[in-house]
Amino acid sequence: MLDRIERIRDEGRAAIAAAADAAAVEEARVRYLGRKAELTTILRGIGELPAAERGPVGKAGNEVRRELEGLVEEAAARHERSELDRRLAAEAIDVTLPGTPPVRLGHLHPLTRTRREIEDIFIGLGYRIAEGPEVEHDYYNFTALNHPPGHPARMLQDTFYVDPASLGDGVELYGSDGAPLTAPPGPRDVLLRTHTSPMQVRAMEDAEPPIFIIVPGRVYRRDSDATHTPMFSQVEGLAVGDGITLADLHGTLLTFARAVFGEERDVRIRPHFFPFTEPSVEVDVSCFRCGGSGELDRERCGLCKGTGWLEILGAGMVDPNVFGFVRDRGYDPDHVQGFAFGMGIERIAMLKHGVPDLRMFFENDVRMLEQFR
Amino acid sequence: MKAPLTWLRSYCDPGLEAAALAERLSMTGTEVERVGRVGAPSGDGFVIGRVLAAEPHPNADRLRVCTVDAGQGESRTIVCGAPNVAAGQTVAVALPGAVLADGTKLRKAKLRGVESAGMILSEAEMEVGDDADGIVVLDGAGAGPGTALADVIAIAETVLDLEITPNRPDCLGIYGIARELHAITGAALAPAPWGDDAEPTGTDGVAALASVAVEVPELCPRFTARAFTDVIVGPSPLWLKARLTAAGQRPINNVVDITNYVMLLTGQPLHAFDLDLVPGGEIIVRTAAPGERMTTLDGVERSLDGESVVVCDRSGPTGLAGIMGGQVSEVSEGTTRVLLEVATWDGVNILRTSNLLALRSEASTRFEKQLHPDLAMRAQRVAAKLMVELCGARLAPGTIDVDSRPRSMDPLTVGYRPERADALLGMRIAPDRAGEYLDRLGFAVESDAGGALEVTVPADRRFDVVREIDLIEEVARVHGLDEHLPATLPGGGAVGGLARHQRLLRRIEDLLRDAGLDEAVTWSFVDRDRGGVPGLAERSPVSLHNPLSEEQAVMRTDLVGGLLAVAARNLAHGTDRVALFESGRAYLPERAPTGAAPLRGGFAGSRPAPVAEPHRIAAVLAGVGGRAGWRADDRPVDFYDAKGIVELVAAALGVDVGFAPTRRAFLHPARAAAVRVGGSGAGWVGELHPQLLERIGARSGAALELDLEPLLAGSAAGEEIYEDVTTHPAVAEDIAVVGDADLDAGTIRAAVLEAGGELLESAEVFDVYAGEQVPAGKRSLALRLAFRAPDRTLTDAEVEPLRARIVAALEATGARLRG
Repeated sequence: MLDRIERIRDEGRAAIAAAADAAAVEEARVRYLGRKAELTTILRGIGELPAAERGPVGKAGNEVRRELEGLVEEAAARHERSELDRRLAAEAIDVTLPGTPPVRLGHLHPLTRTRREIEDIFIGLGYRIAEGPEVEHDYYNFTALNHPPGHPARMLQDTFYVDPASLGDGVELYGSDGAPLTAPPGPRDVLLRTHTSPMQVRAMEDAEPPIFIIVPGRVYRRDSDATHTPMFSQVEGLAVGDGITLADLHGTLLTFARAVFGEERDVRIRPHFFPFTEPSVEVDVSCFRCGGSGELDRERCGLCKGTGWLEILGAGMVDPNVFGFVRDRGYDPDHVQGFAFGMGIERIAMLKHGVPDLRMFFENDVRMLEQFR
Repeated sequence: MKAPLTWLRSYCDPGLEAAALAERLSMTGTEVERVGRVGAPSGDGFVIGRVLAAEPHPNADRLRVCTVDAGQGESRTIVCGAPNVAAGQTVAVALPGAVLADGTKLRKAKLRGVESAGMILSEAEMEVGDDADGIVVLDGAGAGPGTALADVIAIAETVLDLEITPNRPDCLGIYGIARELHAITGAALAPAPWGDDAEPTGTDGVAALASVAVEVPELCPRFTARAFTDVIVGPSPLWLKARLTAAGQRPINNVVDITNYVMLLTGQPLHAFDLDLVPGGEIIVRTAAPGERMTTLDGVERSLDGESVVVCDRSGPTGLAGIMGGQVSEVSEGTTRVLLEVATWDGVNILRTSNLLALRSEASTRFEKQLHPDLAMRAQRVAAKLMVELCGARLAPGTIDVDSRPRSMDPLTVGYRPERADALLGMRIAPDRAGEYLDRLGFAVESDAGGALEVTVPADRRFDVVREIDLIEEVARVHGLDEHLPATLPGGGAVGGLARHQRLLRRIEDLLRDAGLDEAVTWSFVDRDRGGVPGLAERSPVSLHNPLSEEQAVMRTDLVGGLLAVAARNLAHGTDRVALFESGRAYLPERAPTGAAPLRGGFAGSRPAPVAEPHRIAAVLAGVGGRAGWRADDRPVDFYDAKGIVELVAAALGVDVGFAPTRRAFLHPARAAAVRVGGSGAGWVGELHPQLLERIGARSGAALELDLEPLLAGSAAGEEIYEDVTTHPAVAEDIAVVGDADLDAGTIRAAVLEAGGELLESAEVFDVYAGEQVPAGKRSLALRLAFRAPDRTLTDAEVEPLRARIVAALEATGARLRG
């Protein structure tokens, strides 16, 4: 009997090993482990054996059954896997075809990106962001910024004026002296702001020093040619507090210029004139294309026109006359001091990204927009 | 302001090359826009010559064959076409090899068979005047043949083109710029040209020849006049023509040239009258009668208003004060007696009149910046000497001087505290250095024991420098900001950051970008007809008083109009699918809100803005919809594409938005919805009207425009509180509702939510079916309901009555449960 079991074991092992596919494995299982299999019959009839044989036969029979069961299971799994492999191999695709993104990626406008970059630099320096009206009173755009009525500095900027007849009923209007208008408004009382600077005064009217804000936004000048568009965007900065100096302005703008144009950059400050700052300066950053040498591949650098410098903004110490307009809000001109600056976002974006023409920003050609991720 | 370098150097020569000089000026506040040139690139090859003989040309009637001694050891033959060339003349010669003003290099050339070894030059060819008809005759120049021409006349003039800021009218004169050069370099400054005066040699005193009555002293702080007799009007000498030409002024005649020259030198404009054309020599300064007319020197008849100041004779205006003279009394070749006016005008008034008449002149650009009355006599003195010297004139004794200057023009002394300057600048400048800088700039400086300075402002700077801060600026810029100013950061430790609405706005913009839209930035101003997009022009706009063009005449009242134009342009370029958004303001003629509501147009400041400027988001999808690429389904853009964007934004903000059918003229009348948040309108969404699609060249399209303020007001984004949804999970159940095809999903959903009460957490439509399985004219909506209680897991027994209520509510709308 034990010999039979040994023979069944050998036959079973061989049959399972020889099975070429899942069906042959199943066939072998039925043959050696099925209800009618020889081994099953032996084990079922074990009780009829002499008592002395029962133990050894039962032990051997069960061992063989377990072994064969294991082999069948293993073989079945093996064949199942290879059949899956075959089926999947038939499902081959061209992996070099383009994928299907959940959505096409869109793009922020380069002016938005540049504006946010500027904003983030100043946020890091402790500034908050303020917004202000684009349709503005003469008072905030000029008078309170130390451009008295009739002052030639008003001529520096070609101003768009708003037709007073087109304003809504019941709108509160103010004269160039800041007092509420009692008579109907004149053609020069309401205008499109020519700079973001009016927010200097508005912000100081609302909050006592110290004040650290930047003001991004659209501004308008009546000018249209290759280097001027009647609408463009600026970022204004205002820092007023204890003992803020012109040297602090220098350091702030140096930090800014390096953050935007690279750590190796330098800035250069030139005295200038703005009615609402004193002293006033213009600020140049060393050219990032030629490294400030003015030369590129032994030719004149086209970006800085050989000067080594790129003008990026105007700035200065807030003129005491401007503080005079907000004296009662905690800005005593004899005691507070601070600086202000203003820059064109288009100018920064053009320099940084090599955009050759200001007008391209407002054409919104998708082929241009797509270049800015 | 054009400053010819040789003229400038005659008063102050720091010994610097033009480029270095320009750099130094730019770095101290006088920006040099350009270093230009008038005349030849260099003086090389230009010499004095003497014409030894001038014979007719054998082959040309108009040419002369000249023998010229140009000092090269032998005489040379030069063919010349000028009618005035003659033997014995001293002339200007360009030798072969010389580069002329127009850039051509002169070569030996055969002219009609005769070889010419040079060129005899005219004023125009040398760019020292505008006479092109004849050659320049330099007899009496005192220079022999072969002398470098540049020693006699500035033929290769470098010109600094300076941007003079409005606070510095003193630098609108060569001597003022020279003083500035002196201050910033320390180089010696020549004495002022107005130190000497002409000797009066006239017989009659000025009072006998002319009189001046100033009726408006507040607008004319000073009026001075001098009279000249025996004037011989003629061309100016070459040196004067050359200086004027280099400075950008056209020479006219000696009298007019003198007035221009003295203005360019001193910064003070002058005006010359032909005294014989001023009846009785009577001058009256008054304001014009409203509507009064006069013809200015440029030949234009101008209508004046009651605030314009005119210089009149007995019969009417003879000059527009401070702006331009009149034709009536213009100096001409026959003039023999001249009245020279040098006046001071009220700058604000000059600027006003100049703006009113759109007439700006060299004089008005100076007067509008307010000149000081002291400048007038300086100009009189310089001019008088030149009148005598160049026009053979006799100066009538005396000066008419109507001096009405107000006290506000009195001399001014301002204190300078070095420690105050240091505290403002953040750097130290020694008091004696500060004093030295101010002294060089022409200020009178006295220092007290404590180191403080008492500074008296010179007349040239009387209106620019009036406070200590102005002195600090002068000291700092001469000291050299770029060289000395440290770079520090402000102390104080302010906390920076975005406000909540700014953070959310960025979130929305990023979301739209990541949803596949490209951001556009379109003009704030549009045409009155809003690009012809139907319906947009119904909203009345804020109009510009002085637009640049009809295309940009009014402020936009919507964002979609600009985006539609951008979409059309991109489609025309061949882009097949356009997805654009803009984040920006509309401008509405309404009261702006007060208080902090920047997204609605409520800004900081005591005075509300003149109009309302709500911040909006708009989007336009046009062309092909659906998926792009090789698996594209090429379906049209439809309403739900645009609505999906609205819902995406709402989901990002955590805001519930409602939609209800609406109409806009530019939208498909049956596929447009108003967007509502809470009870208030927040914009619209819809398919574009087929007629509009045709106009923009799109086969399909949809758009939306949202007001951000109500959206953000309803948002809890960023301020969420945790809610336990896992301990007691929701019980989900799907229902199918059959109703009339025109019974909208919103109504059904609202009825379900209302009936479900607090325990019904959500009811979302997940399928829509119309077809064989439902009766004609009906449709079936599948809704997934989620019931949940925060404190227990709901049982069927609890949900069952809710379900019954929902069925009842549905039936009330005319719908019923299916199957």
